[in-house]
Amino acid sequence: MKRVIFEIVGGFKSLLTGMWITLQQFFKKDVTVRYPHESLKMTKRFRGHVVLVRDPETGKSLCVACKSCEKACPSDCIVVEGIKREGEKKKSVTEFELDFTRCSLCGSCVEVCPSDALEFSKDYNLASTSKDAFVKIDLVRDMEKSKAQGAALTEVEPGRPLGETHSSTAGGTPAATDRVPGPGKPVGEEGKV
Amino acid sequence: MTLPEPFRLLAYLAGVMAFVGVNAAYLVWVERKGAARFQRRPGPTEVGPAGLLQPLADAAKLLSKQLLVPPDADRALFRIAPVLVMAPALMCLATIPFGKTLGARSLDLGLVMVFAFGSINVMAIMLGGWASRNKYAIISAARIVSQNVAYEIPMLLVVITLVMVTGTTNLQEIVEAQAGGFWKWNVFNLAANPLMPVTFVIFFICMLAETNRAPFDMAEAESELVAGAFTEYAGMGFGVFFMAEYANILVGCSLGAILFLGGWQSPFGIFSGVGWFLLKLYALVFTVVWVRWTFPRTQFYGLLNLSWKILIPVSLGTLVLTCVMLKIF
Repeated sequence: MKRVIFEIVGGFKSLLTGMWITLQQFFKKDVTVRYPHESLKMTKRFRGHVVLVRDPETGKSLCVACKSCEKACPSDCIVVEGIKREGEKKKSVTEFELDFTRCSLCGSCVEVCPSDALEFSKDYNLASTSKDAFVKIDLVRDMEKSKAQGAALTEVEPGRPLGETHSSTAGGTPAATDRVPGPGKPVGEEGKV
Repeated sequence: MTLPEPFRLLAYLAGVMAFVGVNAAYLVWVERKGAARFQRRPGPTEVGPAGLLQPLADAAKLLSKQLLVPPDADRALFRIAPVLVMAPALMCLATIPFGKTLGARSLDLGLVMVFAFGSINVMAIMLGGWASRNKYAIISAARIVSQNVAYEIPMLLVVITLVMVTGTTNLQEIVEAQAGGFWKWNVFNLAANPLMPVTFVIFFICMLAETNRAPFDMAEAESELVAGAFTEYAGMGFGVFFMAEYANILVGCSLGAILFLGGWQSPFGIFSGVGWFLLKLYALVFTVVWVRWTFPRTQFYGLLNLSWKILIPVSLGTLVLTCVMLKIF
């Protein structure tokens, strides 16, 4: 009899403890990232496909078309072409094609680059309805585009509750037009959450 | 303000139906938002501000679906069951006093009527399960009946305790007997029965079981029974069952508020009114949602053990205690 009463009272107490715990969760912030509207900002070490680094002063690529990356690539998925322009010391890149379907993201190209012209993209919203979008990723064009939209995309929107690890700007680098970044439009382009 | 008789009747009919309809639709929203909060996610957000139009979108979806009747089903019973589930909840609300003068009917046997119609709910779900001619549905129907038989007993014992204390089955009079501050409410009526809070807890647990709510939702235990008695129902047939579940929660919570928490009486003895009733009602509804998203589903024997081994003896005990207290004092 005593045992039964203890069991009932103890059981009821444990039920109340459970309800107290859930109630505490009730008043805490969401842990969800509202994905098509917001997406996560990737960490420094995140490896997306490689992109060309833009020289902050001239606005042009740092690439000198030395083709070291082309040679270093174990999957043979990089094609680089460059020309020597009048009045410039170094060659400049005219064509940088990446076959992302073959790339294994080993990073040899980034490591080997003498002018630090390559870096990993932070874009993980890679999706397309056709394979062609990834067979020839034109990095020069992508870089030009990112210059045009640069301001909007590098800005982190204020009022984001989740702290520094997240950003409301979808994707990192702008994608080519035929690539759809995620299921919806990235918010960075619409400028609202 | 009193309307002449036929208009008064129509006004209350429309009022009760609107109240049930709006609540059933928006309690689904409350449930989903509540679930989301407890799990720390946003819940419905896309349809309208804060997902407020979600119930309308759901209703439109359900209404546009084909009404399927399984070929082997009992057509008539299969179609009648959803109506039979919904109707008693509407009937019960006719006796609920929302305010001092706001209530469709003030019946002397109001409490008895609520329980009489409340039991039809069980029969209707059983009919639905039986008529579907589906194994899962029949198992679910059997579970519902045994569950409700088990929980009707402690529920009624608790209610008898209350009727003994208040001396009436008229819901309006029960509320009026609790006038004058929260210490006069039946939950805190320790002079009549020192175990009154316990009876309230028993009432609440039984209410959860009678409305087939988690953690007692054995009737539609998805992991075992697909959708239980509602497996074969498509479109709005399912929708009506779903609405009826919330309508029954509404009735159960109103009853809880009236019997134990003083109905429309203010907790301070002044400014009593409809607002207080709704506040108590929705506090109880919130607790129902809160319980659902806190506890996992019980096993079936655990459910029956709880009723027969704990709730019935305890509620009998409080009943006897009340008798003794009433006789002595």
